[in-house]
Amino acid sequence: MAQVAMTVNGASVSGDVEGRTLLVQFLRESLKLTGTHVGCDTSQCGACLVHVNGEAVKACTMLALEADGTEVATIEGQAGDDGTLSVVQQAFQDHHGLQCGFCTPGMVMSAAALLKDNPKPTETEIREYLDGNICRCTGYHNIVKAVLAASGQEVPAIAAE
Amino acid sequence: MYNFDFVKAGSVADAIAALKEEDAQPLAGGQTLIPTLKQRLAMPSTLVSLAAIPELHGITQDGDTLTIGAATTHSTVAREVAQSYPALASLAARIGDPAVRNRGTIGGSIANNDPSACYPAGALGSGATIVTNDREIAADDFFQGMFTTALEEGEIVTAVRFPIPQAATYQKFIQPASRFPLVAVYLAKYADGVRVAVTGASEEGVFRWSEAEAALDADFGAGAVKGLSVEPGGMIGDIHGSKDYRAHLVQVMTKRAVEALL
Ligand SMILES: Cc1cc2nc3c(=O)[nH]c(=O)nc-3n(C[C@H](O)[C@H](O)[C@H](O)COP(=O)(O)OP(=O)(O)OC[C@H]3O[C@@H](n4cnc5c(N)ncnc54)[C@H](O)[C@@H]3O)c2cc1C
Ligand code: FES
Ligand code: FES
Repeated sequence: MAQVAMTVNGASVSGDVEGRTLLVQFLRESLKLTGTHVGCDTSQCGACLVHVNGEAVKACTMLALEADGTEVATIEGQAGDDGTLSVVQQAFQDHHGLQCGFCTPGMVMSAAALLKDNPKPTETEIREYLDGNICRCTGYHNIVKAVLAASGQEVPAIAAE
Repeated sequence: MYNFDFVKAGSVADAIAALKEEDAQPLAGGQTLIPTLKQRLAMPSTLVSLAAIPELHGITQDGDTLTIGAATTHSTVAREVAQSYPALASLAARIGDPAVRNRGTIGGSIANNDPSACYPAGALGSGATIVTNDREIAADDFFQGMFTTALEEGEIVTAVRFPIPQAATYQKFIQPASRFPLVAVYLAKYADGVRVAVTGASEEGVFRWSEAEAALDADFGAGAVKGLSVEPGGMIGDIHGSKDYRAHLVQVMTKRAVEALL
C-alpha cells in the first residue's frame, strides 16, 4: 500500500491505495463519490470522465497514484453548495439530455471541459468532442442541444439524419 | 488487474535504473497499457511512470527538424505543431477522443506499435528518427512487425525527430467503434522523394508502399496509383473488414492522400 493525496472538488483528501488502484476506484470506493460511473473496461465509454488539473481524463484509465498531488473535479462538485445546478447540468435537465442517467456524469464533465476551452462550439465541434462519451438512451441529439444551450447559443431543431 | 509496484521516475536515469527490476515496464499515458492490464494480458512487477520526467516533455524546432519529447501528449502535439507540421498535428488531433488525447503520448504509441495505430504511420511516413536513452534508430528500422520494435529490454524512447516535409497529409478511414483507423495512409513529399506509410492494413504492422512511392516519384498525380494494388494475402482480415476490403482501402486512401495534396 502507498499513500496518495490530492484535491477533489476543492477538498484535500488522502488515502492508502495499491499500485493497481484506479483513480475511479479511489473516488468511488475510498471517497464514496459514486457519481463517477464505470461503464466499460475498455476505456471507450467515458462514463468515468473527470477533470484532472482541468483536463478531461478517463478516471478508469489512470492510476490513483498517478493523480497524486493533482486537482480532481468530479460531478459531485458541479452544483453549488446550495444545490443549484451548474449551467451545463441545468441545460441537460431543460433539454432532456438524459434518460437513464448512466452516461450523464461523464457527459456533463466532458461538456464542461469543452466549454472551458471553446465557449461557443459549433454543433459539429460538440459532436466531435463527445466522441468518447457513449449514451445508450438519448440518441445524442438532446445532449448536443443541451451543450449548445449551456454555451448560450440558440438551440436549433436537430433531427435524426 | 494483477497488482504491481508503482514508481514515479524523476529523470531518464531514474527510469532506466527502475526498469532494471525484473518484469518492470514503463508507463506513459496508460491509454493502451491500463486497458491491457485490466484484461490481465500483462503482469508487470513494477510500472515505472515516465509522465513526470521533464526531459521527456516538450517540442522544439530547429530549422526543418521537429523534435517531440516521448511523454508529450497527443493533445499537446495537436495544439503545438499545428503551424510547423500541420499534417502531424491533424494526425494527433484525430487519435481516439479528447480524454485519450489528454493522456496518451507519442512515445507510448510508437513503442507499442499497434498494427492500427496512427503515430507509427506518421513516423514512418516522415522518415523520422526514434531517439532512445541509448541510440538513434531510423523509423525504417524501428518498426518490426505487429507490436514489435527495435527497442531492447529496459530501453525507452526519449524523443521522436521529424524532418518537416514540403507537404503531407494523413488520410484516416476510421473504425468508429474503436476510433482507431481501419486503414490509414500517411503521405509526405520531401525534396528527395515521396513516402507512403500504411497502417491498419498489414499483418506485419505499419509498412511503406514502395510501389506507390515509385509511381508518385515519377508522376505526382491521382492517376499514378490508379492501376496499383496491394496483395490481399498479407492483409488483416477480421469482423470489421476482410483482407480484400483492406487491400482495396489501401489504394483508395492513398489516392485520397494524393488528391489532398494536388
Ligand atoms: C478509446 C481509445 C481510442 C484510441 N484511438 C486511437 C487511435 O485512433 N489511434 C491511435 O494511434 N491510438 C489510439 N489509441 C491508443 C492511444 O493513442 C495510446 O495513447 C497509445 O497507443 C499509447 O500511448 P500511451 O502513452 O498511453 O502509452 P501506455 O499505454 O502507457 O504504454 C503503451 C506501451 O508502450 C510502452 N511505453 C510507453 N512509453 C514508452 C517509452 N517512452 N519508451 C518505451 N516504451 C514505452 C509501455 O510499457 C506499454 O507497453 C486509443 C486508445 C483508446 C483507449
Ligand atoms: S468506464 Fe468506460 S471509459 Fe472509463
Ligand atoms: S442517458 Fe442512459 S446512457 Fe445516456
